[in-house]
Amino acid sequence: MSPLQPRFVRLAETDRPTVTIAVDGASVEALEGDSLLVAVLTRAGHLRHSEFGPEARAGFCLMAACQDCWMWTHDGDRLRACDTPVRAGLSVLTQPPDMPWPNRV
Amino acid sequence: MAEPRVIIVGAGPAGVRAAETLVAAGLRPTVVDEGRRDGGQIYRRQPEGFARSSAELYGTEAARAEALHATFDDLRPKIDYRPGHLAWNVADGHLHVVHDGSAEALPFDAMIVAAGATDRLMPVKGWQHAGVYSLGAAQIALKSQGCAIGRRVVFLGTGPLMQLVAAQYRKAGAQVVALLDTSRLWHQIRALPKLVSRPDVLAKGVGLAASHLLAGTMVRRGVTPVEIFGDADGGVSGVGVRLVSGRDLRLACDAVALGYHLRPETQLADLAGCDFTFDAATRQFWPVIDEDGRSSVPGIYLAGDGVRIQGADGAEIAGQLAALAVLADRGRSAPTEQISRLRQQRRAMERFRAGISEAFPWPHHLAAGLAEETVVCRCEGITAGELRAVVHDKGADEMNRAKALSRVGMGRCQGRYCGHAAAEVVAAATQLSPAVVGRLRGQAPVKPLAIRTRRAAP
Ligand SMILES: Cc1cc2nc3c(=O)[nH]c(=O)nc-3n(C[C@H](O)[C@H](O)[C@H](O)COP(=O)(O)OP(=O)(O)OC[C@H]3O[C@@H](n4cnc5c(N)ncnc54)[C@H](O)[C@@H]3O)c2cc1C
Ligand code: FES
Repeated sequence: MSPLQPRFVRLAETDRPTVTIAVDGASVEALEGDSLLVAVLTRAGHLRHSEFGPEARAGFCLMAACQDCWMWTHDGDRLRACDTPVRAGLSVLTQPPDMPWPNRV
Repeated sequence: MAEPRVIIVGAGPAGVRAAETLVAAGLRPTVVDEGRRDGGQIYRRQPEGFARSSAELYGTEAARAEALHATFDDLRPKIDYRPGHLAWNVADGHLHVVHDGSAEALPFDAMIVAAGATDRLMPVKGWQHAGVYSLGAAQIALKSQGCAIGRRVVFLGTGPLMQLVAAQYRKAGAQVVALLDTSRLWHQIRALPKLVSRPDVLAKGVGLAASHLLAGTMVRRGVTPVEIFGDADGGVSGVGVRLVSGRDLRLACDAVALGYHLRPETQLADLAGCDFTFDAATRQFWPVIDEDGRSSVPGIYLAGDGVRIQGADGAEIAGQLAALAVLADRGRSAPTEQISRLRQQRRAMERFRAGISEAFPWPHHLAAGLAEETVVCRCEGITAGELRAVVHDKGADEMNRAKALSRVGMGRCQGRYCGHAAAEVVAAATQLSPAVVGRLRGQAPVKPLAIRTRRAAP
Protein backbone atom coordinates (compact mmCIF):
# COMPACT_ATOMS: atom_id res chain seq x y z
CA MET A 1 0.00 0.00 0.00
CA SER A 2 1.32 3.45 -0.85
CA PRO A 3 1.83 5.69 2.20
CA LEU A 4 -0.47 8.21 0.55
CA GLN A 5 -3.36 5.78 0.27
CA PRO A 6 -5.96 6.11 3.02
CA ARG A 7 -5.92 3.28 5.54
CA PHE A 8 -9.41 3.47 7.09
CA VAL A 9 -12.63 3.11 5.13
CA ARG A 10 -15.80 4.92 6.14
CA LEU A 11 -18.72 2.47 6.17
CA ALA A 12 -21.37 4.52 7.98
CA GLU A 13 -22.15 7.93 9.51
CA THR A 14 -20.87 9.83 6.48
CA ASP A 15 -23.66 12.38 6.64
CA ARG A 16 -21.96 14.76 9.08
CA PRO A 17 -20.80 18.36 8.64
CA THR A 18 -17.17 18.75 7.58
CA VAL A 19 -14.43 20.32 9.69
CA THR A 20 -11.05 21.43 8.32
CA ILE A 21 -7.88 20.63 10.23
CA ALA A 22 -4.20 20.91 9.24
CA VAL A 23 -1.67 18.07 9.25
CA ASP A 24 1.94 19.19 8.76
CA GLY A 25 0.51 22.42 7.38
CA ALA A 26 -1.68 20.78 4.72
CA SER A 27 -5.47 21.15 4.95
CA VAL A 28 -7.38 17.97 5.67
CA GLU A 29 -11.14 17.73 5.55
CA ALA A 30 -12.64 15.69 8.40
CA LEU A 31 -16.16 15.07 9.67
CA GLU A 32 -17.54 16.46 12.93
CA GLY A 33 -17.21 13.74 15.59
CA ASP A 34 -14.14 12.16 14.00
CA SER A 35 -11.21 11.32 16.21
CA LEU A 36 -7.98 12.87 15.02
CA LEU A 37 -6.78 9.35 14.21
CA VAL A 38 -9.76 8.67 11.94
CA ALA A 39 -9.47 12.10 10.31
CA VAL A 40 -5.85 11.40 9.38
CA LEU A 41 -6.15 7.72 8.47
CA THR A 42 -9.12 8.22 6.15
CA ARG A 43 -6.71 10.45 4.17
CA ALA A 44 -3.30 8.81 4.69
CA GLY A 45 -1.60 5.57 5.58
CA HIS A 46 -0.01 6.55 8.89
CA LEU A 47 0.14 9.04 11.78
CA ARG A 48 3.86 9.24 12.56
CA HIS A 49 7.14 7.36 12.36
CA SER A 50 8.49 5.09 15.09
CA GLU A 51 11.44 6.69 16.88
CA PHE A 52 12.90 3.22 17.52
CA GLY A 53 12.56 1.59 14.12
CA PRO A 54 12.12 2.37 10.45
CA GLU A 55 8.40 1.90 10.22
CA ALA A 56 5.44 4.21 9.95
CA ARG A 57 2.85 3.91 12.74
CA ALA A 58 -0.92 4.18 12.56
CA GLY A 59 -2.04 3.46 16.14
CA PHE A 60 -2.80 0.05 17.57
CA CYS A 61 -5.43 -0.10 20.33
CA LEU A 62 -7.74 2.87 19.61
CA MET A 63 -8.64 2.86 23.31
CA ALA A 64 -6.01 5.16 24.79
CA ALA A 65 -3.94 2.27 26.15
CA CYS A 66 -0.94 1.78 23.84
CA GLN A 67 0.13 5.39 23.10
CA ASP A 68 1.12 4.42 19.56
CA CYS A 69 -0.92 7.26 18.07
CA TRP A 70 0.86 10.32 19.38
CA MET A 71 0.89 13.42 17.21
CA TRP A 72 2.13 16.88 18.18
CA THR A 73 0.91 20.44 18.28
CA HIS A 74 3.12 23.31 17.11
CA ASP A 75 3.84 24.08 20.78
CA GLY A 76 5.27 20.61 21.28
CA ASP A 77 2.28 19.25 23.21
CA ARG A 78 1.52 15.63 22.59
CA LEU A 79 -1.94 14.57 21.43
CA ARG A 80 -3.26 11.02 21.58
CA ALA A 81 -4.92 10.88 18.17
CA CYS A 82 -7.32 8.05 19.02
CA ASP A 83 -9.11 9.98 21.76
CA THR A 84 -8.69 13.55 20.57
CA PRO A 85 -11.81 14.76 18.75
CA VAL A 86 -11.21 17.03 15.77
CA ARG A 87 -12.28 20.67 15.93
CA ALA A 88 -12.08 23.34 13.27
CA GLY A 89 -8.62 24.85 13.07
CA LEU A 90 -6.81 22.02 14.89
CA SER A 91 -3.29 21.94 13.48
CA VAL A 92 -1.04 18.96 14.17
CA LEU A 93 2.37 17.63 13.23
CA THR A 94 3.44 14.06 12.50
CA GLN A 95 6.76 14.71 14.26
CA PRO A 96 7.64 16.67 17.39
CA PRO A 97 8.55 20.24 16.46
CA ASP A 98 12.24 21.09 16.74
CA MET A 99 12.56 22.54 20.21
CA PRO A 100 15.17 22.80 22.94
CA TRP A 101 15.14 19.89 25.36
CA PRO A 102 12.90 20.88 28.30
CA ASN A 103 9.97 21.47 25.98
CA ARG A 104 10.64 18.54 23.77
CA VAL A 105 8.70 15.31 24.07
CA MET B 1 -22.10 8.21 60.99
CA ALA B 2 -20.46 10.43 58.36
CA GLU B 3 -21.15 9.39 54.79
CA PRO B 4 -18.31 7.28 53.47
CA ARG B 5 -16.51 8.78 50.49
CA VAL B 6 -16.67 6.17 47.77
CA ILE B 7 -14.88 6.44 44.43
CA ILE B 8 -15.67 4.21 41.46
CA VAL B 9 -13.12 4.02 38.66
CA GLY B 10 -14.83 3.11 35.39
CA ALA B 11 -18.28 3.87 33.98
CA GLY B 12 -18.72 0.58 32.16
CA PRO B 13 -21.32 -2.04 33.14
CA ALA B 14 -19.53 -2.83 36.43
CA GLY B 15 -19.03 0.79 37.48
CA VAL B 16 -22.54 1.91 36.52
CA ARG B 17 -24.23 -0.91 38.46
CA ALA B 18 -21.97 -0.22 41.46
CA ALA B 19 -22.93 3.46 41.37
CA GLU B 20 -26.62 2.61 41.07
CA THR B 21 -26.40 0.33 44.12
CA LEU B 22 -24.63 2.97 46.22
CA VAL B 23 -27.06 5.71 45.20
CA ALA B 24 -29.97 3.44 46.13
CA ALA B 25 -28.42 3.23 49.61
CA GLY B 26 -28.33 7.01 49.87
CA LEU B 27 -24.67 7.63 49.00
CA ARG B 28 -23.27 10.02 46.41
CA PRO B 29 -20.26 8.23 44.88
CA THR B 30 -17.65 9.86 42.67
CA VAL B 31 -17.40 8.13 39.29
CA VAL B 32 -14.11 8.68 37.47
CA ASP B 33 -13.73 7.63 33.85
CA GLU B 34 -11.09 8.49 31.35
CA GLY B 35 -13.60 8.29 28.52
CA ARG B 36 -15.67 11.25 27.39
CA ARG B 37 -18.87 9.25 27.65
CA ASP B 38 -20.16 6.42 29.84
CA GLY B 39 -20.82 2.87 28.70
CA GLY B 40 -17.34 1.34 28.94
CA GLN B 41 -16.12 -0.96 26.18
CA ILE B 42 -19.03 -3.11 25.10
CA TYR B 43 -21.71 -0.44 25.52
CA ARG B 44 -19.45 2.33 24.26
CA ARG B 45 -21.54 5.31 23.22
CA GLN B 46 -20.89 6.84 19.84
CA PRO B 47 -20.07 10.57 19.64
CA GLU B 48 -22.87 13.17 19.63
CA GLY B 49 -24.23 13.67 16.14
CA PHE B 50 -23.90 10.03 15.08
CA ALA B 51 -27.17 8.45 14.04
CA ARG B 52 -26.92 4.64 14.09
CA SER B 53 -29.56 2.89 16.20
CA SER B 54 -28.78 0.77 19.27
CA ALA B 55 -29.74 -2.30 17.26
CA GLU B 56 -27.12 -1.44 14.65
CA LEU B 57 -24.48 -0.69 17.27
CA TYR B 58 -25.05 -3.36 19.87
CA GLY B 59 -26.87 -6.13 17.97
CA THR B 60 -28.33 -8.74 20.28
CA GLU B 61 -27.20 -6.68 23.30
CA ALA B 62 -29.13 -3.54 22.31
CA ALA B 63 -31.69 -3.78 25.12
CA ARG B 64 -29.00 -4.23 27.78
CA ALA B 65 -27.02 -1.32 26.35
CA GLU B 66 -30.05 0.95 26.39
CA ALA B 67 -30.91 -0.11 29.94
CA LEU B 68 -27.40 0.67 31.15
CA HIS B 69 -27.30 4.05 29.40
CA ALA B 70 -30.73 4.96 30.82
CA THR B 71 -29.63 3.98 34.32
CA PHE B 72 -26.58 6.16 34.01
CA ASP B 73 -28.52 9.13 32.63
CA ASP B 74 -30.79 8.89 35.70
CA LEU B 75 -27.80 8.68 38.03
CA ARG B 76 -26.02 11.73 36.61
CA PRO B 77 -27.49 14.30 39.03
CA LYS B 78 -27.03 11.93 41.99
CA ILE B 79 -23.32 11.23 41.58
CA ASP B 80 -20.15 13.23 41.16
CA TYR B 81 -19.35 12.13 37.60
CA ARG B 82 -15.89 12.94 36.29
CA PRO B 83 -15.64 12.08 32.59
CA GLY B 84 -12.30 12.65 30.89
CA HIS B 85 -10.46 12.00 34.17
CA LEU B 86 -7.56 9.54 34.08
CA ALA B 87 -6.91 7.81 37.42
CA TRP B 88 -3.12 7.51 37.38
CA ASN B 89 -2.06 6.60 40.90
CA VAL B 90 -3.36 5.38 44.25
CA ALA B 91 -1.42 6.42 47.34
CA ASP B 92 -2.18 7.19 51.01
CA GLY B 93 -5.92 6.89 50.70
CA HIS B 94 -6.08 9.17 47.67
CA LEU B 95 -6.86 8.50 44.06
CA HIS B 96 -4.77 10.73 41.84
CA VAL B 97 -6.56 11.92 38.73
CA VAL B 98 -5.70 14.20 35.86
CA HIS B 99 -8.15 16.05 33.67
CA ASP B 100 -7.19 18.36 30.81
CA GLY B 101 -3.66 18.68 32.13
CA SER B 102 -4.64 19.48 35.71
CA ALA B 103 -4.01 17.04 38.53
CA GLU B 104 -6.06 16.44 41.65
CA ALA B 105 -5.93 13.99 44.58
CA LEU B 106 -9.33 12.64 45.64
CA PRO B 107 -9.55 11.20 49.17
CA PHE B 108 -11.63 8.06 49.66
CA ASP B 109 -12.80 5.68 52.35
CA ALA B 110 -13.61 2.98 49.83
CA MET B 111 -12.76 2.58 46.17
CA ILE B 112 -14.25 0.23 43.60
CA VAL B 113 -11.92 -0.28 40.66
CA ALA B 114 -13.87 -1.34 37.55
CA ALA B 115 -11.27 -0.50 34.93
CA GLY B 116 -12.16 -3.16 32.34
CA ALA B 117 -9.88 -5.08 30.03
CA THR B 118 -7.54 -4.65 27.11
CA ASP B 119 -6.63 -7.11 24.36
CA ARG B 120 -4.24 -9.91 25.29
CA LEU B 121 -1.52 -10.10 22.66
CA MET B 122 1.06 -12.59 21.46
CA PRO B 123 3.60 -11.04 19.11
CA VAL B 124 4.07 -12.31 15.59
CA LYS B 125 6.84 -11.31 13.23
CA GLY B 126 5.78 -8.06 11.52
CA TRP B 127 3.09 -7.00 13.99
CA GLN B 128 4.73 -3.59 14.27
CA HIS B 129 3.63 -2.67 10.74
CA ALA B 130 1.08 0.10 10.29
CA GLY B 131 -2.30 -1.49 9.69
CA VAL B 132 -1.99 -4.15 12.39
CA TYR B 133 -4.53 -3.31 15.08
CA SER B 134 -5.70 -5.02 18.20
CA LEU B 135 -9.00 -6.80 17.75
CA GLY B 136 -10.59 -4.38 20.21
CA ALA B 137 -9.34 -1.50 18.07
CA ALA B 138 -11.01 -2.99 15.01
CA GLN B 139 -14.29 -2.98 16.89
CA ILE B 140 -13.85 0.53 18.27
CA ALA B 141 -13.15 1.90 14.77
CA LEU B 142 -16.47 0.51 13.65
CA LYS B 143 -18.59 1.14 16.75
CA SER B 144 -17.40 4.55 17.66
CA GLN B 145 -16.39 5.96 14.28
CA GLY B 146 -18.23 3.97 11.59
CA CYS B 147 -14.94 2.94 9.96
CA ALA B 148 -13.20 -0.29 8.98
CA ILE B 149 -9.46 -0.54 9.71
CA GLY B 150 -8.79 -1.37 6.05
CA ARG B 151 -10.21 -2.58 2.77
CA ARG B 152 -9.32 -6.26 3.17
CA VAL B 153 -9.12 -7.37 6.79
CA VAL B 154 -7.65 -10.59 8.19
CA PHE B 155 -8.65 -11.57 11.75
CA LEU B 156 -5.81 -13.42 13.47
CA GLY B 157 -5.79 -14.81 17.01
CA THR B 158 -8.50 -16.42 19.04
CA GLY B 159 -11.37 -15.72 21.42
CA PRO B 160 -15.08 -15.01 21.36
CA LEU B 161 -14.52 -11.38 20.43
CA MET B 162 -12.80 -12.40 17.19
CA GLN B 163 -15.91 -14.23 15.94
CA LEU B 164 -18.09 -11.29 16.95
CA VAL B 165 -16.04 -8.47 15.47
CA ALA B 166 -15.53 -10.33 12.20
CA ALA B 167 -19.31 -10.74 11.96
CA GLN B 168 -19.84 -7.06 12.75
CA TYR B 169 -17.38 -6.12 10.00
CA ARG B 170 -19.08 -8.31 7.46
CA LYS B 171 -22.47 -6.91 8.35
CA ALA B 172 -21.22 -3.34 8.05
CA GLY B 173 -20.01 -4.07 4.52
CA ALA B 174 -16.28 -4.59 5.11
CA GLN B 175 -14.36 -7.32 3.30
CA VAL B 176 -13.35 -10.02 5.78
CA VAL B 177 -10.57 -12.00 4.08
CA ALA B 178 -10.35 -14.75 6.70
CA LEU B 179 -10.56 -15.74 10.35
CA LEU B 180 -7.32 -17.43 11.27
CA ASP B 181 -7.86 -18.96 14.69
CA THR B 182 -5.14 -20.57 16.82
CA SER B 183 -7.72 -22.58 18.78
CA ARG B 184 -9.04 -25.99 17.70
CA LEU B 185 -12.60 -27.21 17.51
CA TRP B 186 -11.82 -29.83 20.16
CA HIS B 187 -10.86 -27.06 22.59
CA GLN B 188 -14.39 -25.75 22.26
CA ILE B 189 -15.97 -29.18 22.51
CA ARG B 190 -13.90 -29.97 25.59
CA ALA B 191 -15.12 -26.75 27.22
CA LEU B 192 -18.82 -27.49 26.60
CA PRO B 193 -19.60 -28.77 30.12
CA LYS B 194 -18.55 -25.36 31.46
CA LEU B 195 -20.01 -23.32 28.61
CA VAL B 196 -23.50 -24.75 29.13
CA SER B 197 -23.64 -22.75 32.37
CA ARG B 198 -24.86 -19.89 30.11
CA PRO B 199 -26.83 -21.65 27.38
CA ASP B 200 -28.08 -18.41 25.80
CA VAL B 201 -24.56 -17.05 25.35
CA LEU B 202 -23.32 -20.41 24.09
CA ALA B 203 -26.10 -20.43 21.50
CA LYS B 204 -25.13 -16.94 20.32
CA GLY B 205 -21.52 -18.08 19.98
CA VAL B 206 -22.45 -21.11 17.93
CA GLY B 207 -24.67 -18.89 15.79
CA LEU B 208 -21.78 -16.52 15.13
CA ALA B 209 -19.45 -19.32 14.13
CA ALA B 210 -22.11 -20.71 11.80
CA SER B 211 -22.69 -17.27 10.26
CA HIS B 212 -19.11 -17.17 8.98
CA LEU B 213 -19.50 -20.54 7.33
CA LEU B 214 -22.85 -19.59 5.81
CA ALA B 215 -21.36 -16.39 4.44
CA GLY B 216 -18.56 -18.40 2.86
CA THR B 217 -15.87 -16.56 4.83
CA MET B 218 -12.60 -18.47 5.04
CA VAL B 219 -12.16 -19.86 8.57
CA ARG B 220 -9.05 -21.82 9.53
CA ARG B 221 -8.57 -23.30 12.98
CA GLY B 222 -5.44 -24.51 14.71
CA VAL B 223 -3.21 -22.14 12.72
CA THR B 224 0.32 -21.22 13.75
CA PRO B 225 0.92 -17.54 12.97
CA VAL B 226 4.18 -17.16 11.03
CA GLU B 227 4.45 -13.60 9.78
CA ILE B 228 2.60 -10.41 9.02
CA PHE B 229 4.14 -9.21 5.78
CA GLY B 230 4.60 -5.57 4.96
CA ASP B 231 7.06 -2.77 4.61
CA ALA B 232 8.14 0.18 6.69
CA ASP B 233 6.36 2.85 4.66
CA GLY B 234 3.31 1.12 3.27
CA GLY B 235 2.45 -1.06 6.27
CA VAL B 236 0.74 -4.46 6.12
CA SER B 237 0.47 -6.35 2.84
CA GLY B 238 -0.36 -9.90 3.94
CA VAL B 239 -0.46 -12.63 6.56
CA GLY B 240 1.28 -15.99 6.63
CA VAL B 241 0.25 -18.90 8.84
CA ARG B 242 0.97 -22.62 9.01
CA LEU B 243 -2.14 -24.77 8.81
CA VAL B 244 -2.84 -27.94 10.81
CA SER B 245 -1.94 -29.93 7.69
CA GLY B 246 1.55 -28.42 7.83
CA ARG B 247 0.90 -26.45 4.66
CA ASP B 248 1.66 -22.72 4.59
CA LEU B 249 -1.12 -20.29 3.78
CA ARG B 250 -0.42 -16.75 2.66
CA LEU B 251 -3.20 -14.20 2.23
CA ALA B 252 -3.02 -10.66 0.87
CA CYS B 253 -4.65 -7.94 2.99
CA ASP B 254 -4.13 -4.33 4.05
CA ALA B 255 -5.23 -4.67 7.67
CA VAL B 256 -4.94 -7.25 10.44
CA ALA B 257 -7.05 -7.42 13.60
CA LEU B 258 -4.94 -9.34 16.13
CA GLY B 259 -5.95 -10.56 19.57
CA TYR B 260 -6.02 -13.52 21.93
CA HIS B 261 -8.99 -12.75 24.14
CA LEU B 262 -8.63 -10.15 26.89
CA ARG B 263 -6.58 -9.34 29.98
CA PRO B 264 -7.73 -7.37 33.02
CA GLU B 265 -6.35 -3.85 33.58
CA THR B 266 -4.89 -4.38 37.05
CA GLN B 267 -2.44 -1.49 37.44
CA LEU B 268 -4.53 0.49 39.93
CA ALA B 269 -5.10 -2.60 42.09
CA ASP B 270 -1.35 -3.17 41.99
CA LEU B 271 -0.57 0.43 43.01
CA ALA B 272 -3.08 0.11 45.84
CA GLY B 273 -1.02 -2.80 47.14
CA CYS B 274 -3.47 -5.63 46.43
CA ASP B 275 -2.14 -9.20 46.55
CA PHE B 276 -1.90 -11.04 43.24
CA THR B 277 -1.97 -14.74 42.54
CA PHE B 278 -1.00 -16.83 39.52
CA ASP B 279 -3.83 -18.47 37.62
CA ALA B 280 -2.40 -21.61 36.06
CA ALA B 281 -5.32 -22.12 33.66
CA THR B 282 -4.92 -18.77 31.91
CA ARG B 283 -1.24 -18.33 32.79
CA GLN B 284 -1.48 -14.86 34.25
CA PHE B 285 -1.28 -13.09 37.58
CA TRP B 286 -4.42 -11.41 38.78
CA PRO B 287 -5.56 -9.79 42.02
CA VAL B 288 -6.93 -11.96 44.80
CA ILE B 289 -10.62 -11.23 45.52
CA ASP B 290 -13.34 -12.79 47.60
CA GLU B 291 -16.69 -13.71 46.08
CA ASP B 292 -17.95 -10.13 46.44
CA GLY B 293 -14.87 -8.41 45.03
CA ARG B 294 -13.00 -7.44 48.21
CA SER B 295 -9.27 -7.28 47.51
CA SER B 296 -6.60 -8.08 50.11
CA VAL B 297 -6.45 -4.36 50.98
CA PRO B 298 -9.27 -3.06 53.21
CA GLY B 299 -11.29 -0.43 51.38
CA ILE B 300 -10.23 -1.55 47.88
CA TYR B 301 -12.84 -3.48 45.87
CA LEU B 302 -12.36 -4.88 42.37
CA ALA B 303 -15.15 -5.57 39.90
CA GLY B 304 -15.81 -6.48 36.30
CA ASP B 305 -13.42 -7.38 33.50
CA GLY B 306 -10.72 -5.42 35.31
CA VAL B 307 -10.28 -8.39 37.63
CA ARG B 308 -11.85 -11.45 35.91
CA ILE B 309 -12.97 -11.59 32.27
CA GLN B 310 -16.59 -12.57 32.92
CA GLY B 311 -18.07 -10.34 30.24
CA ALA B 312 -20.62 -7.55 30.45
CA ASP B 313 -23.38 -9.43 32.32
CA GLY B 314 -20.82 -10.71 34.81
CA ALA B 315 -19.53 -7.15 35.19
CA GLU B 316 -23.00 -5.84 36.06
CA ILE B 317 -23.31 -8.49 38.77
CA ALA B 318 -19.80 -7.90 40.08
CA GLY B 319 -20.43 -4.15 40.27
CA GLN B 320 -23.51 -4.68 42.42
CA LEU B 321 -21.73 -7.16 44.68
CA ALA B 322 -18.76 -4.86 45.19
CA ALA B 323 -21.06 -1.96 46.10
CA LEU B 324 -23.01 -4.16 48.53
CA ALA B 325 -19.70 -5.24 50.08
CA VAL B 326 -18.74 -1.57 50.56
CA LEU B 327 -22.07 -0.96 52.28
CA ALA B 328 -21.76 -4.05 54.48
CA ASP B 329 -18.19 -3.19 55.47
CA ARG B 330 -19.30 0.34 56.36
CA GLY B 331 -21.91 -1.03 58.74
CA ARG B 332 -24.95 -0.50 56.53
CA SER B 333 -27.53 -3.21 56.49
CA ALA B 334 -26.89 -5.80 53.82
CA PRO B 335 -29.77 -7.34 51.84
CA THR B 336 -28.73 -10.95 52.38
CA GLU B 337 -31.20 -12.45 49.92
CA GLN B 338 -30.07 -10.17 47.10
CA ILE B 339 -26.43 -10.89 47.90
CA SER B 340 -26.86 -14.64 47.84
CA ARG B 341 -28.79 -14.45 44.56
CA LEU B 342 -26.05 -12.30 42.99
CA ARG B 343 -23.34 -14.63 44.29
CA GLN B 344 -25.09 -17.58 42.75
CA GLN B 345 -25.39 -15.79 39.38
CA ARG B 346 -21.75 -14.87 39.66
CA ARG B 347 -20.73 -18.49 40.09
CA ALA B 348 -22.33 -19.31 36.72
CA MET B 349 -20.46 -16.39 35.16
CA GLU B 350 -17.21 -17.66 36.67
CA ARG B 351 -17.80 -21.15 35.34
CA PHE B 352 -18.49 -19.75 31.90
CA ARG B 353 -15.35 -17.60 32.10
CA ALA B 354 -13.27 -20.69 32.83
CA GLY B 355 -14.96 -22.44 29.90
CA ILE B 356 -14.14 -19.59 27.51
CA SER B 357 -10.48 -19.65 28.48
CA GLU B 358 -10.38 -23.40 27.80
CA ALA B 359 -12.29 -23.03 24.54
CA PHE B 360 -9.95 -20.31 23.24
CA PRO B 361 -6.68 -21.03 25.01
CA TRP B 362 -3.85 -18.50 25.29
CA PRO B 363 -1.27 -19.94 22.84
CA HIS B 364 1.69 -19.62 25.20
CA HIS B 365 3.62 -22.25 23.25
CA LEU B 366 4.08 -19.73 20.41
CA ALA B 367 6.48 -17.68 22.56
CA ALA B 368 9.20 -20.32 22.40
CA GLY B 369 9.00 -20.40 18.62
CA LEU B 370 9.18 -16.65 17.94
CA ALA B 371 12.01 -15.96 15.51
CA GLU B 372 14.87 -13.97 17.08
CA GLU B 373 14.08 -10.88 14.98
CA THR B 374 10.40 -10.80 16.01
CA VAL B 375 9.58 -7.55 17.76
CA VAL B 376 8.20 -8.29 21.24
CA CYS B 377 7.94 -4.68 22.43
CA ARG B 378 6.17 -2.66 19.74
CA CYS B 379 6.82 0.58 21.59
CA GLU B 380 10.59 0.46 21.37
CA GLY B 381 11.19 -2.25 18.78
CA ILE B 382 12.86 -4.72 21.15
CA THR B 383 13.11 -8.23 19.72
CA ALA B 384 12.70 -11.74 21.11
CA GLY B 385 16.43 -12.24 20.50
CA GLU B 386 17.34 -9.21 22.62
CA LEU B 387 15.05 -10.38 25.41
CA ARG B 388 16.48 -13.91 25.31
CA ALA B 389 20.00 -12.44 25.37
CA VAL B 390 19.45 -10.81 28.78
CA VAL B 391 18.14 -14.13 30.04
CA HIS B 392 21.06 -16.17 28.75
CA ASP B 393 23.90 -13.66 29.12
CA LYS B 394 22.87 -11.79 32.24
CA GLY B 395 20.84 -14.42 34.06
CA ALA B 396 17.67 -12.28 34.06
CA ASP B 397 15.16 -14.99 34.95
CA GLU B 398 12.68 -12.67 36.70
CA MET B 399 10.40 -10.34 34.74
CA ASN B 400 11.29 -7.04 36.38
CA ARG B 401 15.00 -7.73 35.99
CA ALA B 402 14.50 -8.78 32.38
CA LYS B 403 12.59 -5.53 31.90
CA ALA B 404 15.32 -3.40 33.47
CA LEU B 405 18.01 -4.99 31.32
CA SER B 406 16.15 -5.30 28.01
CA ARG B 407 13.66 -2.38 28.33
CA VAL B 408 10.82 -4.74 27.30
CA GLY B 409 7.78 -3.41 29.21
CA MET B 410 9.30 0.02 29.79
CA GLY B 411 7.87 1.69 26.73
CA ARG B 412 4.88 3.93 26.45
CA CYS B 413 2.26 1.15 26.74
CA GLN B 414 3.96 0.14 30.00
CA GLY B 415 3.85 -3.53 29.19
CA ARG B 416 0.11 -3.76 28.51
CA TYR B 417 0.65 -5.38 25.13
CA CYS B 418 3.98 -7.19 25.59
CA GLY B 419 3.98 -8.12 29.30
CA HIS B 420 2.23 -11.49 29.14
CA ALA B 421 4.12 -12.60 26.03
CA ALA B 422 7.47 -11.38 27.38
CA ALA B 423 6.90 -13.48 30.51
CA GLU B 424 6.30 -16.51 28.25
CA VAL B 425 9.48 -15.77 26.25
CA VAL B 426 11.49 -15.59 29.48
CA ALA B 427 9.75 -18.70 30.85
CA ALA B 428 10.52 -20.65 27.68
CA ALA B 429 14.14 -19.48 27.65
CA THR B 430 14.70 -20.39 31.31
CA GLN B 431 12.50 -23.50 31.32
CA LEU B 432 10.74 -21.99 34.33
CA SER B 433 7.02 -21.59 34.85
CA PRO B 434 5.67 -18.05 34.30
CA ALA B 435 4.50 -18.34 37.91
CA VAL B 436 8.18 -18.22 38.87
CA VAL B 437 9.24 -15.68 36.25
CA GLY B 438 6.69 -13.32 37.77
CA ARG B 439 4.90 -10.27 36.45
CA LEU B 440 5.72 -6.70 35.58
CA ARG B 441 4.94 -4.54 38.60
CA GLY B 442 2.46 -1.73 38.02
CA GLN B 443 3.99 1.72 38.05
CA ALA B 444 2.58 5.21 38.36
CA PRO B 445 1.53 6.95 36.27
CA VAL B 446 -0.51 4.10 34.82
CA LYS B 447 -0.45 6.01 31.53
CA PRO B 448 1.94 8.76 30.41
CA LEU B 449 0.73 12.18 31.56
CA ALA B 450 0.76 15.28 29.40
CA ILE B 451 4.01 17.18 29.81
CA ARG B 452 2.33 20.28 31.16
CA THR B 453 0.29 18.65 33.92
CA ARG B 454 -0.25 21.06 36.82
CA ARG B 455 -1.98 20.93 40.19
CA ALA B 456 -5.63 21.97 40.00
CA ALA B 457 -6.51 25.19 41.81
CA PRO B 458 -8.13 24.25 45.14
C1 LIG C 1 -12.08 -3.17 23.01
C2 LIG C 1 -13.02 -4.11 23.69
C3 LIG C 1 -14.20 -4.47 23.07
C4 LIG C 1 -15.11 -5.31 23.68
N1 LIG C 1 -16.24 -5.65 23.03
C5 LIG C 1 -17.09 -6.54 23.58
C6 LIG C 1 -18.26 -6.95 22.90
O1 LIG C 1 -18.54 -6.51 21.79
N2 LIG C 1 -19.07 -7.87 23.49
C7 LIG C 1 -18.78 -8.38 24.71
O2 LIG C 1 -19.55 -9.19 25.23
N3 LIG C 1 -17.71 -7.98 25.38
C8 LIG C 1 -16.84 -7.10 24.83
N4 LIG C 1 -15.71 -6.75 25.50
C9 LIG C 1 -15.52 -7.27 26.83
C10 LIG C 1 -15.98 -6.13 27.74
O3 LIG C 1 -14.83 -5.55 28.29
C11 LIG C 1 -16.86 -6.46 28.86
O4 LIG C 1 -17.77 -7.43 28.62
C12 LIG C 1 -17.49 -5.26 29.56
O5 LIG C 1 -17.36 -4.05 28.86
C13 LIG C 1 -16.85 -5.21 30.90
O6 LIG C 1 -17.37 -4.18 31.65
P1 LIG C 1 -16.52 -3.46 32.75
O7 LIG C 1 -17.45 -2.51 33.40
O8 LIG C 1 -15.83 -4.44 33.59
O9 LIG C 1 -15.37 -2.68 31.97
P2 LIG C 1 -15.44 -1.65 30.75
O10 LIG C 1 -16.72 -1.69 30.07
O11 LIG C 1 -14.21 -1.89 29.97
O12 LIG C 1 -15.31 -0.23 31.47
C14 LIG C 1 -14.12 0.18 32.10
C15 LIG C 1 -14.09 1.68 32.13
O13 LIG C 1 -13.02 2.10 32.98
C16 LIG C 1 -12.40 3.21 32.43
N5 LIG C 1 -11.01 3.22 32.92
C17 LIG C 1 -10.10 2.22 32.88
N6 LIG C 1 -8.94 2.58 33.46
C18 LIG C 1 -9.14 3.85 33.88
C19 LIG C 1 -8.29 4.78 34.56
N7 LIG C 1 -7.04 4.46 34.92
N8 LIG C 1 -8.78 6.01 34.81
C20 LIG C 1 -10.06 6.34 34.46
N9 LIG C 1 -10.90 5.49 33.83
C21 LIG C 1 -10.44 4.26 33.54
C22 LIG C 1 -12.49 3.01 30.94
O14 LIG C 1 -12.44 4.25 30.27
C23 LIG C 1 -13.83 2.30 30.78
O15 LIG C 1 -14.87 3.20 30.46
C24 LIG C 1 -14.81 -5.86 24.93
C25 LIG C 1 -13.61 -5.50 25.56
C26 LIG C 1 -12.71 -4.66 24.95
C27 LIG C 1 -11.44 -4.31 25.64
S1 FES D 1 -4.06 3.90 19.37
FE1 FES D 1 -3.48 3.13 21.32
S2 FES D 1 -3.44 4.94 22.52
FE2 FES D 1 -4.21 5.65 20.63
